[in-house]
Amino acid sequence: MGIRFVLLVNKQGQTRLAQYYEHLSLDQRRALEGEIVRKCLARTDHHCSFVEHRNYKVVYRRYASLFFLVGVDNDENELAILEFIHLLVETMDRHFGNVCELDIMFHLEKVHFMLEEMVMNGCIVETSKQNILAPIHLMDKSS
Amino acid sequence: MTIDLIHIKCPQLCNLCGNRSHFRVRRGHFLVSPKEVYTPCKKFTLKSLFKNVEIKKRSTVISTTLLELPAVSEVSAARSDPKSPKRPKLILKNGLDRLDQTNPAPRERGAIFAIPTTTTFQIHPPIAAAAAAVPNPRGGEIPRRLALDSVEKIVEDFAMDLAINPFSSGTRLRDMIRAIRACKTAAEERAVVRRECAAIRAAISEGDQDYRHRNMAKLMFIHMLGYPTHFGQMECLKLIAAAGFPEKRIGYLGLMLLLDERQEVLMLVTNSLKQDLNHSNQFIVGLALCALGNICSAEMARDLSPEVERLLQSREPNTKKKAALCSIRIVRKVPDLAENFMGSAVSLLKEKHHGVLISAVQLCTELCKASREALEYLRKNCLDGLVRILRDVSNSSYAPEYDIAGITDPFLHIRVLKLMRVLGQGDADCSEFVNDILAQVATKTESNKNAGNAILYECVETIMGIEATSGLRVLAINILGRFLSNRDNNIRYVALNMLMKAMAVDTQAVQRHRATILECVKDADVSIRKRALELVYLLVNETNAKALTKELVDYLEVSDQDFKDDLTAKICSIVEKFSQDKLWYLDQMFKVLSLAGNYVKDDVWHALIVLISNASELQGYSVRSLYKALLACGEQESLVRVAVWCIGEYGEMLVNNVGMLDIEEPITVTESDAVDAVEVSLKRYSADVTTRAMCLVALLKLSSRFPPTSERIKEIVAQNKGHTVLELQQRSIEFSSIIQRHQSIKSSLLERMPVIDEASYLVKRAASTQATISSDKLAAAATSGGSLKLPNGVAKPPPAPLADLLDLSSDDVPATTSTSTTAPNDFLQDLLGIGLTDTSGGAPSSSTDILMDLLSIGSPVQNGPPAVSNFSPPGQAETKLASVTPQVVDLLDGLSSSTPLPDVNTAYPSITAFQSATLKITFDFKKQPGKPQETTIHASFTNLTSNTFTDFIFQAAVPKFIQLRLDPASSNTLPASGNDSVTQSLSVTNNQHGQKPLAMRIRISYKVNGEDRLEQGQISNFPAGLNCYDPFGPKCAVS
Repeated sequence: MGIRFVLLVNKQGQTRLAQYYEHLSLDQRRALEGEIVRKCLARTDHHCSFVEHRNYKVVYRRYASLFFLVGVDNDENELAILEFIHLLVETMDRHFGNVCELDIMFHLEKVHFMLEEMVMNGCIVETSKQNILAPIHLMDKSS
Repeated sequence: MTIDLIHIKCPQLCNLCGNRSHFRVRRGHFLVSPKEVYTPCKKFTLKSLFKNVEIKKRSTVISTTLLELPAVSEVSAARSDPKSPKRPKLILKNGLDRLDQTNPAPRERGAIFAIPTTTTFQIHPPIAAAAAAVPNPRGGEIPRRLALDSVEKIVEDFAMDLAINPFSSGTRLRDMIRAIRACKTAAEERAVVRRECAAIRAAISEGDQDYRHRNMAKLMFIHMLGYPTHFGQMECLKLIAAAGFPEKRIGYLGLMLLLDERQEVLMLVTNSLKQDLNHSNQFIVGLALCALGNICSAEMARDLSPEVERLLQSREPNTKKKAALCSIRIVRKVPDLAENFMGSAVSLLKEKHHGVLISAVQLCTELCKASREALEYLRKNCLDGLVRILRDVSNSSYAPEYDIAGITDPFLHIRVLKLMRVLGQGDADCSEFVNDILAQVATKTESNKNAGNAILYECVETIMGIEATSGLRVLAINILGRFLSNRDNNIRYVALNMLMKAMAVDTQAVQRHRATILECVKDADVSIRKRALELVYLLVNETNAKALTKELVDYLEVSDQDFKDDLTAKICSIVEKFSQDKLWYLDQMFKVLSLAGNYVKDDVWHALIVLISNASELQGYSVRSLYKALLACGEQESLVRVAVWCIGEYGEMLVNNVGMLDIEEPITVTESDAVDAVEVSLKRYSADVTTRAMCLVALLKLSSRFPPTSERIKEIVAQNKGHTVLELQQRSIEFSSIIQRHQSIKSSLLERMPVIDEASYLVKRAASTQATISSDKLAAAATSGGSLKLPNGVAKPPPAPLADLLDLSSDDVPATTSTSTTAPNDFLQDLLGIGLTDTSGGAPSSSTDILMDLLSIGSPVQNGPPAVSNFSPPGQAETKLASVTPQVVDLLDGLSSSTPLPDVNTAYPSITAFQSATLKITFDFKKQPGKPQETTIHASFTNLTSNTFTDFIFQAAVPKFIQLRLDPASSNTLPASGNDSVTQSLSVTNNQHGQKPLAMRIRISYKVNGEDRLEQGQISNFPAGLNCYDPFGPKCAVS
């Protein structure tokens, strides 16, 4: 399956975006987010960006006060996932212009649209920023 | 002094508390204090904040409520300073002060401050500087901007809040988010969410059309916070069925977020999906494909698979790529459909669009996993295409849209390499076909950027996975070596990960990096340490075991506390696996025990004890080493246990330096030193119950080994007589009595433990990993009783089983199955587990069964006639003991005394409880006045045959609501022909007296001419009078 979930969490551990590609109940989600966030937030910049959690890995990257956490299967290429996170941030940045936490909160659905263009069912679909943003621009124009 | 809330007087209804009198401004992340404003990450001074906020209305008056410290009358720090005009005029006061002279009479406990309008809205330079100085973790410009930007936004929002628009709608998405962020406690947040949910529900049920989009967005936010949002599911479906694109867009998003494939509701959406898949607008088709790809169930996959197949042929690349990924989901749900997609998947590989290519490659990978047939087909048909794609992307000139750090589309690279791995696995032809291109990628890819390394990493993995040539493998291993010496932790981590896989291919090559890997075990990063440790564990073999173990043990001393657990387990495992000589094993184990004894698992030190017990030539060395270690590191739990056990067993070797090895230096330990060591361990504050119990046993043994210390030991043991833990108390009392009164049997009782059989211990250790511990315990307990065929039941060598047996038999409720199975506590396992494994060979399981059967009175069928000869029930054990050591029994019986019962003037009819051709049992009943639930039964047994019964044992079991106590029988030999019948007393307490009648199941075993006999029966003909409430005795029985 590849990617199992994408989480955006701020430094206080509050979830800012959550997209799961496998079914988890609400309680499971909360528990998982709590555990992972606790693990990742405790790490410093000197540590590597991979955390093993249960039977999968979490690849995370920090941008200022925001943590991007991606849960992947064990046979997934971790370095590529790091690049993927960066691509996601760049895409958001291109759309919002200097993206920040509040942009993501207040335009949650747009971020979801972007993510949807990039990842489907845990697989990466599109890696061109232009192609990712095209439908969103269209929609913005029409509304 | 903190102010929690600022309320602005506002004519508008407050959207949070519904109060018309004010509007809440404070936002979640602001704690306004006189001096400072706290945001989660930064501190702003109130001054700097207000100074830079432009307030649109002149002299806005804000009243604040001081929530936390109403008693504080004045906040001096925030007072406006008339000398400095630039400073915001700010007075916070409890109640009556005011700044604005025009302000009418202030209300109670409301303070007022006004903000001058002179300043402009811009970021105060210090804040901007502070924000810009946020450490920038991974390079790139975004982080800096993110931080700066959030500061700007916070300030801006604050300004907006202050200059509030009285006509703004209270329920915008933005407002809701803001309200949620403003919540300080979880309860507050729940309240806000509940209110919002109620509003959304109402809107949904009213069929509100205007705000559907917004409501959905809110629901998504609420869902993200982890609140239930099931009531929005139907609304999603409605939105999807709507005609407009924006509605569909949000509807599908909601569908993917709020629903999952298990929900019934999803079936309702199939039709809408089908329509949208056939829609003329490619974006709508894309939406439907996306939704289908994310959540479709097996049924939907079957229903909609033809549409998806058709869409794979579409002209639009956007549609094609989504259809390809949708097919992945379908194939995963219904593998049978794989063959339908094989042809189109291969043809998609000829496309130019990267999105289509990456999707097609992933589809091919999935097809290979789904069906053998597809794998063969793709091996034949798609390798050309793959090689071409890989060559194209790696040789292509700069492509701005897909460029990442100078490499064109690393994601596509990686997916193609992955598919090559799947295809080449175990197939020489395919492997050969891709050899060249892999070599090209491995040599030409830049390795100074993360993207390049990602490709190299995948490439190495593919080379390791397929049947690559040896040259290519060397290349791959070299790349890994480079990775391993990289300074970037991420790269090192993946290198370690890869080396694990490389172990399977080329162990020698990995061995070359051993030193570097060992360094990684000591890394600061737990992820890397863990990987490295696992790798080291794989690397250990006969030749390097000693060196590696030494390294690891050395590191154990300085490692993190939370890493010691893993490290200890691995070291113990290595040491056990590769120990060639026992001395080395012992040395390593002693080191580990002294360094990390608290982390050593029970089975490891159990095994150590077994080994020491078997190595008679090393026992002296062991006990001396352990003694030294105990003095040095007395706080390591496992070390203390092993040491104390050894001192107890081999105390004289410690004192007399028996069995000195050449390497040893002689030490002088006096008898009282040894006792001291154990005493210290016993009294150590942190010692747990097991350790203390073991200390007591060791002391008892030492009292026999070193007679001069006996008096002192008696005192130490006696100190625990009042211990709050029953187990310790009991041991202490029993042991004191052994030391005091039973000098004659003490030496034989406290002999050294018999050598523990290693083989059977290993078997048991393996078995005990399954969760059958309790029955094991019971088996051990049962055999311990049964196998000890000693005439008086006392002179048993180890005292521990004695204690345990007594423990079991003194249990008031041996009849309740649950109690019996759980009653044996850890000691039973600890001590019997070690001490009695040699006896647990033959029939323990069947004995357990008997015991269980007997105890569970409700069980309908008995498990056939088992061998009972070596089964000695609790009752009998007590019988035997009672005859010789009455004081022990007295102590054990404790509360329910076994003294002769007073004669009571009640008379119940006797019954013949049991009669067979050979045996007759009659019961007489007595009750004490005032205790109707208690019945004393006097059982007499009559032998009806002409042979004498020996080893006569009577057992009884009762339902859970009854408590049963069996007193010793008058004899265990039943003479022939009804003479001299044996008697035995039972006392029964019916906890549900008056509700449930007495019932009892009995079992009698005995020997006739050395042959085992077994009889059993159920007694239900107890006199009715026993069962009803009768303050006046038998009258009731008559009526």
